[in-house]
Amino acid sequence: MRKPSPFLWFILPAVLVVLAVIVFPWLFTLWMSLFDWKIGSKAVFAGLDNYVELAGNRRFIEAVGHTLLFTALAVILPLVLGTAAALVFHRQFAGRGFWRAAFVLPMMATPVAIALVWTMMFHPQQGVLNYLLSLLGIGPSEWVYSPRLAILGLVMVDVWQWTPLVMLIALGGLASLPADPFEAALMEGASRWQTLRHVTLPLLLPFILVAAVVRLIDALKTFDTIYVITQGGPGTASETINIYLYLQAFSFYQIGKASAVVVVFFALVVALSGLLVWLRERSKYYE
Amino acid sequence: MSHNPIARRTILQAAGGTLATGAIPSAFAQSSFDWKRYAGTALEVHLVKSPRGELLQKYQKEFEDATGIKVGAEQIPEQQSRQKAVIEFNSGKPSFDVIQLSYHVQKRQFAKGKWMEDLRPMFAATPPEFDRADFSPGGMFYATQADGRIDSLPLNLDPWVLYWNKDLFAAKGLAYPKNFAEIIDAARKIHDPANGIVGFVGRGLKNANVPVWTSFFLGYGGSFFDANGKLATETPAAVASATMYRDLLKNTGPAGIAGYNWNEAQSLFLQGKAAMWLDGSGFAPPLEDPTKSKIVGKVGYGLMPPGPAAQVSATFGDGMGVSAFSTKKGAAFYYTMWATGKAMQARMLATGSGAPVRISAYRDKEAIAGLKLPVEWLTTVGESMRIAKPGLPIIEPVTEFRDVFGIALNNMLNGADVAAELKRATAEFAPVLAKAEG
Repeated sequence: MRKPSPFLWFILPAVLVVLAVIVFPWLFTLWMSLFDWKIGSKAVFAGLDNYVELAGNRRFIEAVGHTLLFTALAVILPLVLGTAAALVFHRQFAGRGFWRAAFVLPMMATPVAIALVWTMMFHPQQGVLNYLLSLLGIGPSEWVYSPRLAILGLVMVDVWQWTPLVMLIALGGLASLPADPFEAALMEGASRWQTLRHVTLPLLLPFILVAAVVRLIDALKTFDTIYVITQGGPGTASETINIYLYLQAFSFYQIGKASAVVVVFFALVVALSGLLVWLRERSKYYE
Repeated sequence: MSHNPIARRTILQAAGGTLATGAIPSAFAQSSFDWKRYAGTALEVHLVKSPRGELLQKYQKEFEDATGIKVGAEQIPEQQSRQKAVIEFNSGKPSFDVIQLSYHVQKRQFAKGKWMEDLRPMFAATPPEFDRADFSPGGMFYATQADGRIDSLPLNLDPWVLYWNKDLFAAKGLAYPKNFAEIIDAARKIHDPANGIVGFVGRGLKNANVPVWTSFFLGYGGSFFDANGKLATETPAAVASATMYRDLLKNTGPAGIAGYNWNEAQSLFLQGKAAMWLDGSGFAPPLEDPTKSKIVGKVGYGLMPPGPAAQVSATFGDGMGVSAFSTKKGAAFYYTMWATGKAMQARMLATGSGAPVRISAYRDKEAIAGLKLPVEWLTTVGESMRIAKPGLPIIEPVTEFRDVFGIALNNMLNGADVAAELKRATAEFAPVLAKAEG
């Protein structure tokens, strides 16, 4: 048998760290999800009971639906707006540096601080948003205080904060595109719309998909803003998987059930990320 | 035991208000009690972020100087405090020796885990100024577990009162409601959304909203359990009180009330835009602070009016006790005695930091003279103590109770059927309760 390479020793520290902080907690979560365990009581082995319970739990299923709706909107809207902003900021105009910097400011603020400020702005009686509506002659809205609008309000906050990230990624992409296809398009007499539709966007697609993966993971795991602004309410109208998970783990101390929620959530994140990575691989054929 | 608590209580009650003392009592009266016994010990104290926590930290040096015990006290926001307590107690090695707890959430939880030291054996060696009979019966009821263990001492009681705006009532020629029907009637008559005035404001936000409903529920004669110990949360009293809750908040409350917690309600009331606000008596100080309130001097502090079956003030409380895992239980008990002692209770009253549980505080002329709130507040709090009942069931899964019923109430505000929501919530909560208490 071949003697193992002495270089293997060099990766050992990294392997140990990964085992300790990623693999072990993951396997432990999986193990805990098989128990009926409330902190303060004895853990009882329950097999797949937690999963069976979740599959029939209306509130959890609704939370999955809310998560998917929130994520879809909080990914698609910043992608569209961020790409559009990148196209604008890619052009030369006076004060471009200043406006670029101003545009990325929301991204730099702490989410909880942002959430607190938005909570005040959403306030139906004292919030500035309803005041602005009144200037336009529009009646007051209940914003996140209404079960119908809660998720849309939360999406609005997320879009406001994270569109700049997409813009930055797309802007970087635009700067790195080769000049030849654009020259060719110009010589062939393509209109500006045709150049955008058939040259710029296809070339930019791999970058947009990178932004999509980043946004997807961020949007799926959004917790702070939702928790601060609506706590999943009114009722359970904006309760996402994360809020549900937090309740189970840290309000009800149902560690077994919370672990099962984590495992389901993990599967969802992997599946959706896998889908996007697959799309990105396909988009490379355009290169 | 060195004294007979029952006899002393009887004397105190018989003496009534004539026992008023002239000055805030010294925390450390001159007695033979050895306060220096644990000098040199270092204690960790877990406080909840609150006016009570502030007060205890402010006067901490007094305790340290008198006992030679070094105190490391930390105030933690309520929710985080509850999480930290459970996780640390469960680990068997909590970082604190003394902990402040809220009875409606943590009493049963702590008892189940036997996480707190039974203080009864320690009562034998206490200084005369400790005077256990001075604690009000309501406070001691909260501090005593079902099996008789006294594993904490009460610190503060928070009876719910009905705050009312006297100007708005006078403008319509109305007097303070004498019963539930008059609350609804007054709210209807004053409600004027076109001019930004609402008849009633209170918590609509899930979880936080439950005590508003239970305030009515108890007045309708409701009780959380029937004679057989079964949940009684879909009875006619439950439906009638939840209907009242929904109608008051939905028809005579502000738009978006389903998202209102106490702070939104308080801020609307402070601006003079709400005729009535039902919440804990501890929220009174800002109402009389001219930098925060537009209604200074115009606030009525009303005793909860009688319902069709009973007059009840839903009450909550917190206390302080010694961790069963502490290796410094003697010193920890000293801190507990000081924190719940007569001097600190009088200071609590004088600063409006809460409603003391010690009878002596209410007879302390100096404390009352220093109080920045109207005497009406004090009278109402005192009278509320007479009709106080726990505002939430004393069960281990009380957080789940508040979550499930909070969502049901929240859904009612958004148009769901009252009886159907209560039925659904009861069905959802019953197995959780059976599992936890079984």
